[in-house]
Amino acid sequence: MLKILKYSFYDLIRSRWSYVYFMFYLMLGIVLLFLNTDLSKAVITLMNVIIVLVPLIGTVFGVMYYYSSKEFTELLLAQPLKRSSIFLGQYLGVALSLTMSLIIGLGIPFVFYGLFKSNAIWDFSLLLITGAFLTFIFTALAFNIAISNENKIKGFGYAILLWLFLAVIYDGVFLMFLIVFEDYPLDKLSLFGIMLNPIDLSRTLILLKLDISALLGYTGAVFKKFFGTNFGLIVSTIMLSVWVILPVLRIVYISKKKDF
Amino acid sequence: MVTITNLHKKFGKNIVLSGIDLNINEGGIFAILGPNGSGKTTLIKSILGMVIPNKGTITVMGENIKHNSAYRNKIDYLPQIANFPSNLKVKELITMIKDLRGRTSEDEYLINHFKLEPFLNKKLGTLSGGTKQKVNIVLTFMFDCPLIILDEPTAGLDPISLIRLKEIIKIEKDKGKTILITSHIMSFVEEISDEIVFILEGKIHFKGTIAKLKKNTNQPNFEHAIASILIDNHA
Repeated sequence: MLKILKYSFYDLIRSRWSYVYFMFYLMLGIVLLFLNTDLSKAVITLMNVIIVLVPLIGTVFGVMYYYSSKEFTELLLAQPLKRSSIFLGQYLGVALSLTMSLIIGLGIPFVFYGLFKSNAIWDFSLLLITGAFLTFIFTALAFNIAISNENKIKGFGYAILLWLFLAVIYDGVFLMFLIVFEDYPLDKLSLFGIMLNPIDLSRTLILLKLDISALLGYTGAVFKKFFGTNFGLIVSTIMLSVWVILPVLRIVYISKKKDF
Repeated sequence: MVTITNLHKKFGKNIVLSGIDLNINEGGIFAILGPNGSGKTTLIKSILGMVIPNKGTITVMGENIKHNSAYRNKIDYLPQIANFPSNLKVKELITMIKDLRGRTSEDEYLINHFKLEPFLNKKLGTLSGGTKQKVNIVLTFMFDCPLIILDEPTAGLDPISLIRLKEIIKIEKDKGKTILITSHIMSFVEEISDEIVFILEGKIHFKGTIAKLKKNTNQPNFEHAIASILIDNHA
């Protein structure tokens, strides 16, 4: 698996898109720091961008890579390699190279700005960790979609729909639900609802870490009580890991049954 | 060498293989023939584990291939359509496959044999179909495996390369290897194969030597013998 990972990783590192992605985050970091001059405010703005954009890039890149490396995959399948190591190697190659672009691209401007001397370092690290989680989650979901759909157009369509659902539609439905049932106590339920969507979960985690939960009113207090403790943090981390592990297991399962 | 019992495979509603029983002994060249869509490539891919059969068992050198990947160490495979990652250089691809499968020194001889030196630093996406096929052949024969599977090896080759390919196949045969070939070029099959397996509508229609086929069909010419099978079965 490590060899496949190595080749996929090198292949991606050399591709133009990795640089575009890297440069984008570099520019974003620099611009935000110039405009804000305040590290923690920059982190908040960055969060809003990362929460939406990282899943989108992970999804599109994952689907694109799977389809464009089809030939390579077929070449590998005839070699004495396990199917699971071929697909997991490719998946990790994509996810790791994207995570690297994110961390280095954002890291450089922040380090130069004096991140290590600032209190925002923990907020910033949390931001990068959730960003990495989101990359791994959405790349895995994208691989799942691509592996189950031979038709590229369909695969792309489903992938974008999935992203749209989790990033936008889920929140809308959730909000409507809260409005309809506003007469009932909903704090536990909304907590549960947020846990089920990795994007919402990441957003809530960061918001609460940034200590602006007061803006969220009573629910914010409940959330703060939950996410602020070690227990809440552990549960959220476990949920994010489950979001990575389940799709990865499905990649292994499907790849074993597929004809090439 | 390869034993296939009661192999069934369908893709959706399309039944491709329906009960193939085949035993291939060690040593010699076996040609798998059949009209387009008869299931030749599916059969080969099943042996390689790329297609998962619905029913039936396949053993390669006594090893059941189900849930197994190590047995492919003993197989060299030449795929039908040479599709390679296009942003890789020829040299890098060869190094990569060597890295994945283990050391070999045969590659230099083969590159020289097929005159591929000028292309080593070119990207695979820029090569012509015939040159890609030559790279494909180099990758296949680079390793010393007892079983060699060639799916349409002659596709896109110029006459000189074809002669060189035949030379290599003969050399490998003389080493006592088992070689499975599919091809639509009847003269090529007649020239090199020891035995043929004819697949028709997902079943084995004929297995034996070319002389036997000619006798069975009462045709003096191999190409006509094959054609007569097809005509008899479609009339």
